[in-house]
Parts: sequence; C-alpha cells; structure tokens
Amino acid sequence: MSWMNAPRWATGVAIALLITLPFWVGNPYYINVASQILLFAVFALALNVLVGYGGLVSLGHAGLFAMAGYAGALMLDAGHGHLAADLTAIAVTVLASAVFGVLALRSTGIGFLMITLALGQIVWGIAYRWQSLTNGDNGVNVTTRPAPFGISLASADNFYFATLLVFLVALITMALFVRSPFGASLRGTRDQARRMNALGYNVWLIRLVAFLFSGFWTGVAGLLFIYYNQFISPQVAALQTSAEALLMVISGGTATLLGPIAGAAIVVIMKNVVSAYVERWNLVLGVIFVAIITFMPEGLVPGSVRLWKLAWRAMRGRPAKAAEPSA
Amino acid sequence: MTLWLTLAVNSIALGGLLFLLSAGFSLIFGLMRIPNLMHGSFFMLGAYFGVTLLDNRIGMNFWAAALVSALAMAVIGGLVERFLLRRLNGQELPQVLLTLGLSFIIADVCLMIWTGDPWQPPTPDHLRGVLQVAGVYFPYFRLVIVLVAVVIAVALWLMVDWTRLGAMIRAGVDDAPIARVVGIKVSQLFTLVFALGAALAAFGGVIGAPYLSVYPGLDAEMLPLALIVVILGGTGSLLGALVGSFLIGFLYNFGQAMFPDLAYVILFLPMLLVLVLRPQGLFGRVMT
Repeated sequence: MSWMNAPRWATGVAIALLITLPFWVGNPYYINVASQILLFAVFALALNVLVGYGGLVSLGHAGLFAMAGYAGALMLDAGHGHLAADLTAIAVTVLASAVFGVLALRSTGIGFLMITLALGQIVWGIAYRWQSLTNGDNGVNVTTRPAPFGISLASADNFYFATLLVFLVALITMALFVRSPFGASLRGTRDQARRMNALGYNVWLIRLVAFLFSGFWTGVAGLLFIYYNQFISPQVAALQTSAEALLMVISGGTATLLGPIAGAAIVVIMKNVVSAYVERWNLVLGVIFVAIITFMPEGLVPGSVRLWKLAWRAMRGRPAKAAEPSA
Repeated sequence: MTLWLTLAVNSIALGGLLFLLSAGFSLIFGLMRIPNLMHGSFFMLGAYFGVTLLDNRIGMNFWAAALVSALAMAVIGGLVERFLLRRLNGQELPQVLLTLGLSFIIADVCLMIWTGDPWQPPTPDHLRGVLQVAGVYFPYFRLVIVLVAVVIAVALWLMVDWTRLGAMIRAGVDDAPIARVVGIKVSQLFTLVFALGAALAAFGGVIGAPYLSVYPGLDAEMLPLALIVVILGGTGSLLGALVGSFLIGFLYNFGQAMFPDLAYVILFLPMLLVLVLRPQGLFGRVMT
C-alpha cells in the first residue's frame, strides 16, 4: 500500500490537484486526456488484481473490457435507458468473467495466459465476425452520455468529474481489497499456492473471486470507455488492447496501487503524443514492451532509478557491481 | 455432395498449412515451455518475403522462394532466440511478453514496407489445373499443399523419433535439467528448435500465399489458430499438432459454410471442451 504509507498530506495534495484539474488546465483537450488516463487507470488497477496480487497474467482482459462496452452500447442502441444498459453490461461482464475464470483457472502461469488469450480472441471474433449482432468492423455508436441526477456529462469537465469519482471509488475499493484478509490470502496463493492449500484455503476459489472482482472493475472501465469515446469497434477487443493494459501494469510496477495508475498515465500520454506525430503506435508499443522487459523487468520507475544509479557510478569511474538483476 | 467434397479438400489443405504453422509452435512450446506469441508473425513475415521473391521484378521459382524465405526466417528466429530470449533464460513470463512485443514490431514494420494492400501471388503455372475424379474437381494446388505437409510431417516424425538430434529434443522436452546433466546442450537445442519453428512457419506462409493471400493482420489471425491446435493436440506432441490441425481445418471451412457469423467462435469450442475434460490436450502428457 505505497500510497497509504505516503504522507497524508501528499495524498491530500494529489486528490486536491485531481479535483481542481479542469480549473487550472482549462484546455478541453488536456482534460479529455486526463479522463482517458483515469479510465484506463481503473482498467489497469483491475488487471493488476490478477497480475500483481494473484500472479495470474491475463492476456484476455480486452475481451472483458470490450464485452462491457458492447453490451452497454448495444442495449443503448436498442433503445434502453442508461441505467438498464449499464447494469446489464456489468452483469454480462461479471458472468463472462466467471466463465473466463472457470476455464482459465484450469491452469496457472503460462497456461493461464494462453487460455485467457484464446478467450479474448473469441470475444474479438464475435465482435468482428458476428455482423448481425455487433455490426462488425463498422462498430456501434453511443449517441448520448448519461445524465446522473440531472447533471449532463456531455462536457469535458463534467465527464472528467464523473470519471474521477468512479476512479476514486475504484481506488478505495482496491485499497480495502488489498488490505483485507482476502487480499492477503490472494497474495498467499501467488507466493505459496501449495502451502495455502495445505493450510486449508481453497486456492481455486480465492483466484476465481479475484477474477470476478477484476472482471467487475474491467467492466466499469469498459463502460467509461464507451461513454468517453461514444463508439466501440472490434479493435477494442484486440490483443493490442490487452497488451496495452498489461504494459500499464508492468511499466508502473506490479502489486502496487500507484504503479498501474502511473503506468496508465505513461501509456495514455505516450499514445497521445506519438499518435500526434507518427502513425506508428504499435511499433512504439512493441519497442517499449521489449525495452522494459529486457532492461527494466521491475517496472519503469524502479528500473529508471537503477539504470540512473548505474550510469552515475559509471561516470564517476567506480566499477558498477553486479549490473544484471537476478530477478 | 460436390460442395461437401470441395469443402473437405479445402479443409485438408488448410489443415496442412496449419500443421506447418503449429508443428514448430508445439515443439518450441514443448521444449522451451513458452508459447511463442510471434509465431503468427513468422508466418506473415515469411509469406511477405515469399511474395516479394515471387514478384515480377525478381521472379523466383515458387519452391525456391519458399525455401529462401524459410532460411531467412530461420536466421531471424535463431537471432531472436540467441540474443533476446536467451537473456531472459528461465523467466517464462518475460519471455512470452518479449515475443508479444516483437510481434507488434514485426506487424508494424510489415505494414510500413508492404503497405496495407493484400498481396496474392498467382498459383505457379505447373501447379494450376484441376484433377477430375468421378465428376468432382480438385485443384492441384490444394492437393500439393497437403502433399507437402504430409512429407514434412513424416520428415519431422523421422527426425524426432529416429535421430540422435530428435532423441535430444525429446529429452529436453521431457526434463530439461536432467537432459543438461547428461551432457545435452539444451540451450543450443533451443536456438535450433526456434529457428526450425520459424522456418516451418515461413514455409507454410509462402506456400499458403496463393491460397490465403498476405495482408496486415494475417499474423493475428494465424496465432490463435496455432494456439488452439496446440491446446487441442497437447504441447510438444507432433501427432497432436497434426490431428489438431486437420480438425481445425475442417471446423473452419465447414463452420464458414454453415454458420458464417459464428465460424470463428466455433473454432474455439473443441479447445474449451478439451480444457475442461482433458487439460493436457488429446495427445499431451501431464507436464511436471
């Protein structure tokens, strides 16, 4: 709980800055970027429950993310209200998470990764090929944003505040989840699955519940995404989206609460900046991936610190000791 | 009736291509314990090399182009294993993610070089035409694909089951640490098998090009197919890869004809069944 150990005033300042952001930023473009960061932070936090605390790397979360988006968009398209659409979308996503979880938890480690990847591809296949349901490559438009309590979220400012609210709720829930006895048992299944089993914990059930929890917040993030973009296409369900979310988690540092948020900020800002100059986002994504995994397996922030120290020592002429991390 | 037979021939042809793709994937997975997420990229990049060599400006012979492309991919695969994957030896997850990152790089570089338009080389002259049996027409080229796949399957089987190299690979698949102890250079096997897998995928990509054509996204389409085949057949099992390939070949073509909307989803059903009932795959052994 790095953010809980941080001085209380730092947390207070960060939250105050986030709440007042639209006032000192002003430009709607940047406010929208901030909304994107927050909604992807919710997604990354959800994925981190599995990757960081459960030790289960999923490459199928784009499928859940897109499923929430499609379910919501299609309900709205069929003329239902926002509340009904959102509840259905969340219910569908949690149900899908249960199916994903039951199948993927037949295995752990690499097997889990492969199965989630295949399941994610199924969702992509449905989104792309089942034309009569999902409108295929043309995607589905979401014409309106909801207006909870009569406050329209059409403007960038209001949408930002709504996203911030959801983000804060997600963050607090995650913090409670991680600190709870259940969170401790989840970490236990990550580190010592056999021992946990011998102690009488139902390892499989703990992992499944973690999967459902992760799926729920992934669904929430998916809904935020369609309301932000007001459009969803099969691209959202593609492997790239899963990889981006995973990059957010591992670039910021797994098994922390701040890591995925920092990672989401890094990836979203980079994507916006890169896309403004070149069309080669996938290339950049791949290069960052390879660079992080090869040179900074512990995450961007700790990794940069380590490399910086190495460079500093090298400049001062002292031999750097044991450069390669053993992890 | 004719429709079904035509579909069956197409299914077998696709099965042959899938075998070329997934045999290497399965061997790499069996030996190195990682799903190589750039295997679809090997297939696509190999196919792009092939269509470039077949293009009028170079105008290479079809089989020569397939071989050259396979050799080129073997070199690339070997380099990737030797200089990138080797650095992460023993860390399965980072290795998998590395192959994922490389697959994005390859996809974007291919888009840059070969543009977004599909490339479809013509079927080579000497393989055009159809074979007529009892009023049903079989295109020669499809039959040739099957023939090539069968020849390669037999060659692989002979290599794995009857040669010293094959024995070493089997030893590595079964128990890498013990294989090391008895003096097998498992790390060299890794490079070799990775290069071989890349070459097979590229070869499949080239001979499949006149049939499937080559386009951006081909990699992302082929990778899940290899994944399904290997989950179905069991990792590290060539027989599993063969049976799985033909099964998926049939499902794909018949699914496409009967339920075009859901064809892609149907492909995954046998995989889900196998996962629930027999997680090690049809021909896989329980891995320790």
